[in-house]
Amino acid sequence: MSLLLKNLKIVNHDKILENTNILIEKSHIKAVTGESPEAKEIIDLSGFYAVPGLIDMHVHFRDPGLEYKEDIFSGSKAAVAGGVTTCLPMANTKPVNDNSAITKYMIDKSKQCGLIDLYPVGAITKGMKGEELTEMGDMLEAGAIAFSDDGLPVMNSEVMRRALEYIKTFDSFIISHSEDKHLAGKGVIHDGKVATITGLKGIPAEAEEIMIIRDILLAKLTKSRIHIAHVSTRGSLKLIKWAKEEGINVTCEAAPHHFTFDENSLLEYNTNYKMNPPLREPEDVKAIIDGLKSGLIDTIATDHAPHHIDEKFVEFDLAAFGITGLQTLIPLTLKLVKENKLTWQDFVRLTSYTPSKILNLSDRGEIKEGKLADITIIDPVYTYIFDEKTNKSKSVNNPLFGKELTGIAKLTIKNGKIVHKI
Amino acid sequence: MAYVRKDLVGLKDLSKDEILFILDQAEKFKEINQRDVKKVPTLKGKTIVNLFFEPSTRTRTSFEIAGKRLSADTINFTSSSSSTTKGETLIDTVKNIESMNSDIFVVRHAFSGSVKFIAENTKAAVVNAGDGTNEHPTQALLDLLTIKEHKKKLEGLNVAIIGDITHSRVARSNIWAMKKIGINIKLFGPKTMLPKETAPFDSYIAKNLEDAVEDCDVIMMLRIQKERMSSVLLPSDREYAKFFGLNKNKLKKAKKDAIIMHPGPINRGVELSSELADCTQSVILDQVENGVAARMAVLYILSNNI
Ligand SMILES: [Zn+2]
Repeated sequence: MSLLLKNLKIVNHDKILENTNILIEKSHIKAVTGESPEAKEIIDLSGFYAVPGLIDMHVHFRDPGLEYKEDIFSGSKAAVAGGVTTCLPMANTKPVNDNSAITKYMIDKSKQCGLIDLYPVGAITKGMKGEELTEMGDMLEAGAIAFSDDGLPVMNSEVMRRALEYIKTFDSFIISHSEDKHLAGKGVIHDGKVATITGLKGIPAEAEEIMIIRDILLAKLTKSRIHIAHVSTRGSLKLIKWAKEEGINVTCEAAPHHFTFDENSLLEYNTNYKMNPPLREPEDVKAIIDGLKSGLIDTIATDHAPHHIDEKFVEFDLAAFGITGLQTLIPLTLKLVKENKLTWQDFVRLTSYTPSKILNLSDRGEIKEGKLADITIIDPVYTYIFDEKTNKSKSVNNPLFGKELTGIAKLTIKNGKIVHKI
Repeated sequence: MAYVRKDLVGLKDLSKDEILFILDQAEKFKEINQRDVKKVPTLKGKTIVNLFFEPSTRTRTSFEIAGKRLSADTINFTSSSSSTTKGETLIDTVKNIESMNSDIFVVRHAFSGSVKFIAENTKAAVVNAGDGTNEHPTQALLDLLTIKEHKKKLEGLNVAIIGDITHSRVARSNIWAMKKIGINIKLFGPKTMLPKETAPFDSYIAKNLEDAVEDCDVIMMLRIQKERMSSVLLPSDREYAKFFGLNKNKLKKAKKDAIIMHPGPINRGVELSSELADCTQSVILDQVENGVAARMAVLYILSNNI
C-alpha cells in the first residue's frame, strides 16, 4: 500500500519545500522528494500546503459520562476535520480520569474509532478534589501522557509541590490550569471595562497570574516540568518570560480564541463568548500574538470545550464556560499568517513541531523520511460557512458557527490513511 | 422624535432624544395622576405581565398601579432566578406566558443581561424592571423626572451618586442617561464597591464624601444591601455610616438648595441619617410618586409600538 501526494508546498518548522512530493508507505513517510516514484495511488495537490498532522495538547472530549456534549468518536471526527491527528483529552470527564481503567477505556475507544492518536491527560488529584495524588505511574503505563486537574486549579500549594515532585520519577509533566478560585470568585468575564459596562462580574487577570507565578516557583523548587495551559494575559507572559530566563522548566500554550477575540465581544452578553479564562483586553491579544511569534508561547492548543445548546441558551451567569475549537484552529491561525503576524513555519512550529517535543513524541511533528505519515493538507484560500454540515462536533458553542471561514484541512492523513477529505 | 423600539432594556443604548421623549410623556401622565379620576382608557384590552424572578414589592406595585391607571389587565408572575429550583429554562417560562397573549412583560431578574435575553426571544414588548447589577431604566427615568421637577432643568447640573456603585443597577442606568443629557457626575463609595475600571462611566471619582457632595445640585444615595455588610466588602454598617453615609454636617458642602434622593428602601442611620431622610431637601417620596408616571409613560409608549 503506497500513496504519493504530488506538487505540494511542504512546510516544516524550519523550511518550506516548493513543488515537492511525499511518498507514503503503510503508516510512514518513505520519501520527501522532487522526483515521482511509483505508487499505488497518486493524488495531485498542486497549490496546497502540507503540514505535519496537528497536535492539540488541550481538548475536552467529555467521554466517559458527558457524551451528550461530545464523545471520543465525534471529537475525533471534529479533530481530523480540523487537521488534528493527535489529541490530549483532559481529565474532567464523569467519572474523572483519575485511574488507569478510565485511561484505558479512552484509549481503547479511540483505537476502535481509529481516526487519531489519543493521549489522555490524567487527573493530578483523586476526583480532581485537590487533595490526594492519583496513581500517575499506573495511568502512564495505561497510556496517559501528562497530568492536570484542568477546569479546576490545584489550590493547595503543598499538593501541587508534591505532584510536581512525584511526576519527576516518571519523566512526565504537569499541566496547570492557573486560576486562583477565590480571586476569580463568581466572575463570568474579564474584570475590565466591559464588566463595568455590562454589570457582569469580572475575573481579574491577577487570578490567572498569581497561580502562574506560584506554579512557576513550585517548578523551580522541585526542578520539575510545568506546562501552563491557556495563557490569556500579558502579565502572565511576562512571568513566563522571567521563568524561562531563569532556566525554570516551563512551557505554555495559547488558545485561538484568546488571540482572536477580546472582551469587547461580550458587550452583547453572547454566551458563546463565555469561556475560562475569559476573553481579555486588546493589549492582551496583541501580547499573545507577539508571544506566538517570538516563541515565548510554545504551542497553540484549542481548549476545545463542547457544550450542549441547552447549557448556553440560558442567562449569562448560568451558561457553561467554553468554546469548541478544533475546526476553527486552522482558519484562525492562518488568519495570523495572512496578516503577516506569523509565517507558515511558525504555524507548524506552534501546532505540531513544539508539541511533539514537549510530549516526547519523536515519531511526529515533521514531514520527513521515517516519520509517521500524519499529514494535513491545507487549502488556505477555501472559503466556506462553518455550518451544520461542516461541523463534526456534537456541539455548536462557537460564535463563529454560521459564519464564513477561510482556510480548511482539505485532506487529513493519519498513519498513512486518509481519515478526512473535502 | 419618537421611540420606535419594541423594548426598554436599558438607557445605555438610547439616544438623548429618546430619553427626553419618554420624560416628556411622563410629565403628561403626571398631570393625570393629580386628577380625581386617575384612570385613562389608553391600554384597555392590553395584558401586562409583571414577571418577577427576584422578589420586589415596590417596583412591582409601582408598575401594577401604572398599568391599572392605563386600564390594562395586569398580572403578577413570581418565580426564582435559579434554574435548579425552577426546573424550567427561562425562555420556556417566558414562551409559556407569552402564549397566553401577553402584550407587555415587565421583567425583574437577578442576572445581568437576562432581560435583554428575554426581549430577544419574545414577541411581547419587554420592560426591564432591574436585571442583576446591569440596569434599572425606569428608576433612572423617575429620578430624572424628579430632578427636572425640582431643578427646572437637567443639563449642566452637578449630581453625586454615592454608595455601592459596582453592584447598583440604579447607578448604571442613571450614569448612562445623565452622561447623554449633559449632567456632571461625581461617584463615591468604598473602593470595594467601585468597579476596577471606572473609565467607562466617564465620571469624576470623588476622594471622600465631602468632595463628592461639594457644589452639588443633587445627591443620590444608594441603598446599601444588608448582605454586603460584615463581608469582605465592608466591615460594618457603623463604619459605613461614618465614612460613606450622608448627614447634616456633610451636606453643608453641597449647594444650599441641593436635593437628596434615594431609590428606597432606606437604611436609616446607615447611608442616610434620619433627619436628612425627613428634611425638606429630601425628595424621596416625590421619587416614589414619579415612579408611577414614568412607568405609565414607558408602558404607553411601548404599547403604541406593538
Ligand atoms: Zn482549563
